[in-house]
Amino acid sequence: MPDLEELYREIILDHYRSPRNRGELPVPPAHRVEGFNPLCGDEVVLSLEVADGELRDIKVAGSGCSISQSSGSLMSAAVKGRPLSEVREMIKTFKTMMTVHEASLGDDRTTGAEDAVDPEPLDFSKMGELAALQGVVKFPVRIKCATLSWNALSQGLDEVAST
Amino acid sequence: MAHAVSVKDPLDVEVLRKDFPLLARTVHDRPIVYLDSASSSLQPRQVLAAMEQYYETTHANVHRGVYATAEGATELYEGARRKVGRFIGAPDPKREIVFTKNATEALNLVANAWGRRHLKRGDAVVLTEMEHHSNLVPWLMLAEAIGIELRYLPVDADGRLELDGLERALEGARVLAVSAMSNVLGTINPVPTMAEAAHAHGAVVVVDGAQSVPHSVVDVKALGADFLAFSGHKMQGPTGIGVLWGRAELLEDMAPFLGGGGMILDVRLDRFTPAEIPWKFEAGTPPIAEAVGLAAAVDYLHGVGMERIVAHERLLTAYAIDALHERLGGDCRIYGPPAGGDRGGVLSIAYRDVHPHDLAQVLDQFGVCVRPGHHCAKPLMHRLGVNATARASVGLYNDEADIDTLIEGLSHVGTVFG
Ligand SMILES: Cc1ncc(COP(=O)(O)O)c(C=O)c1O
Repeated sequence: MPDLEELYREIILDHYRSPRNRGELPVPPAHRVEGFNPLCGDEVVLSLEVADGELRDIKVAGSGCSISQSSGSLMSAAVKGRPLSEVREMIKTFKTMMTVHEASLGDDRTTGAEDAVDPEPLDFSKMGELAALQGVVKFPVRIKCATLSWNALSQGLDEVAST
Repeated sequence: MAHAVSVKDPLDVEVLRKDFPLLARTVHDRPIVYLDSASSSLQPRQVLAAMEQYYETTHANVHRGVYATAEGATELYEGARRKVGRFIGAPDPKREIVFTKNATEALNLVANAWGRRHLKRGDAVVLTEMEHHSNLVPWLMLAEAIGIELRYLPVDADGRLELDGLERALEGARVLAVSAMSNVLGTINPVPTMAEAAHAHGAVVVVDGAQSVPHSVVDVKALGADFLAFSGHKMQGPTGIGVLWGRAELLEDMAPFLGGGGMILDVRLDRFTPAEIPWKFEAGTPPIAEAVGLAAAVDYLHGVGMERIVAHERLLTAYAIDALHERLGGDCRIYGPPAGGDRGGVLSIAYRDVHPHDLAQVLDQFGVCVRPGHHCAKPLMHRLGVNATARASVGLYNDEADIDTLIEGLSHVGTVFG
């Protein structure tokens, strides 16, 4: 079943079975943010530790399907320890990768697609393991699973910036 | 519900399936296996033809024109009302059937038009933990608005209602609102006994029949209901139409629901007089073609025979439960009561610890349509200790081969998530 293999790539299943950066950080100093998909009940809880313009540490908790949970794990591995500017850039790139087909869902209110639309072509090859999630765009209803933790991260960073 | 199951005259599903055009399509190069009738059922071509014929030959607004097609449309619409009423054994079909948008609107109508007139702060409404949000949120909204008290009958480990506390819960209660059949567990609740107890306490009985009306022989008198709500699209009819049946005396003593054209007798600048029942509750242009389609669906169900449908679905449900256990063993868990007389064809399934979303995704590759999620029953999900389940539900057009494909798909889940 080629379609399934494209969705459930080995990297995704690996992150689902053994999620990275699992858990929570004490608040404060960490900032806590939740993401929720009311349609399927998937839930992600991020703990973010930001200092000196860097995302020093990140932990991921919550529960849900393989796509939402592996996406959270892959994200945490990709953004941990990076300067905030780079993290923002990655959020944008990831959401653009997922937005390709998102418009056809007819609901971009909850996905944050407005701020992800970027006319410039982005280089997905720099996404490393994250590119494994590209297969999700073929399954439009699962895009929200994949973007859940990214939207939470984006919201969390905004909240940190405004305090 | 309490009707004996006869297997003397079983359905010829192979023939009957030909009536359902959607069953002819393929999904991912496989024949579609439709196991989501609890969410929405499929329509036979007889229903589609009736609606098309209506639009082609008789369409006009109802209750207004004097020209021939307008009269024809009114006749069809009012005829549909009587037919639907007779289908559920309504004593006064002409006056007691209110067409709504769906079961949800019918339940909102009761909570608002009856509730706001008859309930006051502190009055108790008895519900159950297994209610669909549509028989829950309207009452929660009413609680917020006027401060009624909500009491809940709990669900036991087998997915049945715990009725030990029924008498206590009904003490001083004004309403019992209960689903006749759970859309998550398949549990068929003993509504007649519960209604009797409720009536002894002077409570009004509101029954959510969204799942029971399509899958059982319903007679509102035997059920003991004062109100019964259901949806056309779950009983082979079109979307966009639902039904509220209510006892005429109760409907008469209710405030109107939505205001507008069609629901009034007279309007002045400072007041209005509502129309007679049932029109009092049907503001605006009603779902006319949908009523025609629903009447055709009732004819279809009637033609096949509800008793035969119930018998077929019961056998198929027993087959499914047995086969799932036998072939998948401990990997598969089915929520709700074991097969039997109080068990309808709704199977909420867990497979190993694979998330229902992933289950449904893999099953889709096999052409199998099941629904992952909370099924609009979040409090029940909390009670079961899960976020979601994958739900397979049967209809009159399903057969054992459909169940076999479901199991084939579930077995494949193991190879993906190994
Ligand atoms: C038990 C039950 N009640 C109410 C409803 C609401 O039906 P509808 O969405 O057609 O209004 C459903 C179906 O979703 C149901 O299963």
